[in-house]
Amino acid sequence: MQRFIIVRCFYAIIVLFAVSIIVFVLARASGNPIDTMLPLDATPEQQQAFMELWGLDKSYPEQYFDFLANAFRGDFGDSVKWADRTAMGLVIERFPLTLKLGAVAIGISVLIAVPIGVLSAVKKDTIFDLNGKVFALLGQATPPFWLGIMLIWIFAVEVDWFPTGGDEGILWIVLPAITLGWFQVAALMRLVRSAMLEVLETEYVTLARVKGIQEWKVIWKHCLRNASIPPLTLFGILAAQVMTGAIVTETVFSLPGTGNLAIEAIRGRDYPVIQAVVVLFAVIYIGMNLAVDILYAYLDPRIRYDRA
Amino acid sequence: MEVSLPTPAQAEPRAGRLSRFVREARRYPLVPILILVVILIIPAIFAPWIAPYHPIDDGSLPNRLKPPVWAEGGTWDHVLGTDKQGRDILSRIIHGAKYVLLVSLSVIFVSGVIGVSLGLMAGYFGGWIDNLIMRGVDVFLAIPAILLALALVTSRGPSFGVVIFVICFILWSRYARQVRGEVLTIKNQDFVARARVIGASHFRVIVRHILPNVFNTIIVLATLQVGFVILLEAILSFLGAGIPRPTPAWGLLVSEGRELVISGKGWQLSLFPGVAIVLVVLSFNLLGDWLRDRLDPKQRNV
Repeated sequence: MQRFIIVRCFYAIIVLFAVSIIVFVLARASGNPIDTMLPLDATPEQQQAFMELWGLDKSYPEQYFDFLANAFRGDFGDSVKWADRTAMGLVIERFPLTLKLGAVAIGISVLIAVPIGVLSAVKKDTIFDLNGKVFALLGQATPPFWLGIMLIWIFAVEVDWFPTGGDEGILWIVLPAITLGWFQVAALMRLVRSAMLEVLETEYVTLARVKGIQEWKVIWKHCLRNASIPPLTLFGILAAQVMTGAIVTETVFSLPGTGNLAIEAIRGRDYPVIQAVVVLFAVIYIGMNLAVDILYAYLDPRIRYDRA
Repeated sequence: MEVSLPTPAQAEPRAGRLSRFVREARRYPLVPILILVVILIIPAIFAPWIAPYHPIDDGSLPNRLKPPVWAEGGTWDHVLGTDKQGRDILSRIIHGAKYVLLVSLSVIFVSGVIGVSLGLMAGYFGGWIDNLIMRGVDVFLAIPAILLALALVTSRGPSFGVVIFVICFILWSRYARQVRGEVLTIKNQDFVARARVIGASHFRVIVRHILPNVFNTIIVLATLQVGFVILLEAILSFLGAGIPRPTPAWGLLVSEGRELVISGKGWQLSLFPGVAIVLVVLSFNLLGDWLRDRLDPKQRNV
């Protein structure tokens, strides 16, 4: 077990390392900031001074190691686009909104997906199960940005219940969170359903029933607890989907979160900020997957991890 | 009391050809196929002949923001209404179909070839090759796809090439994972060992003996991925990182409507292209589910 955790951590570090290389190459591939930062009639001396100021005159390997050493301390340099701001500072300032949005979205999707998934399994092959299936199919076929726009049209324009965008008051979060959570619901629901179906057929469930435990307790306590292991793995993927989904949702609803920051940074060729955002997203994704892996090993003793 | 229950053999001649055809046809997912043919394949091939207007040039400002025919002020001239430059929305959707088809087919093919080859190698050879490829898969999964696309677009400008590259970049790993898993179970079977014993090269064993056994999985996976590819392409186009304007790609059409929907001036702009996306993705997913049940019962969700 200990060995398993060490090996997994080691893998996570390798992956992070590889991500850092790709991030570095990508930022360099997205054009020279001289083109956007300096006026067109800048003299060669001015250009040279600019290159030296940002360390762009060094060789690529040198630039990479500078980047890596600084990134390790959470320092991605100063923003190119926003004067007098550090890249990490900007990201941290914008991150709480994205985090809040993501948390509410995941909360909503769990609240919807788990009960429907459990009931679909219990009432297998009934009209309820069929409706659940249709709901899941539609959920997986709906583009999130379109759903967001349609929600704005119905609930913010036709009936004026929620704001069309921005983050003032409390109600703003409702439509964005539904938009972001919607796509996750379908996958989670199907997973809960199939996990429940498997558990419902086991002997200990029959035993619990024979012992005379009330049916609702058998289902919601005995079964759901055991069926919650497979959906747990989905949480790693869920985190990633919410991160990327936030970019789309924040664009649709004009929310000043990290996703929006990333888009603004890319349009302004702001290397340091782009790097900070991508690295932050990658760290969250890798961290979530690592946590899920380890949790999984604790929760399910049937899985043997001798060979990691 | 004598009631003769018709056996299938007796029922056959009475039922006639038509109902036999109907019964036969019901075994196939006809509705999804019909939807795909009507709103994707026919428009993709015959757009110039069936679209009532040109998708880009036929705008006229007096005609701008007409609602669809059933709404107040709508006319049969523009069944689904017009956009803010007076262009016919139906025509733009019809012309957009070919981009959907083009992007999804090329992405599925390219990423399929790359992912399947790597997955076959990882599963068959094992050891450090397997480790290398699977860690590669992890790396690619950890990079936010949309940010990658946006970064590339800033330097190269939005284009088909970038869209296809980016989606392949994400998609190959899914094939690799799935194929590797299958190969792991297949390679320990007797026929593989026997092929080696009679002197077949590794290449021959992989291509002639293992690939045919994972082929069904690949077909099913590819069909199930089409919907994902279409959604991703639409998202990229929506963010301005996909197919460049003024191409009437469906994601772009939805995005063009965003501000007008928010200001309450033209809900028809975003609604209809979005419905087209939903229908096409839904149909591909249904088709994929059906194929999986037919070809690959092991993978069936309970």
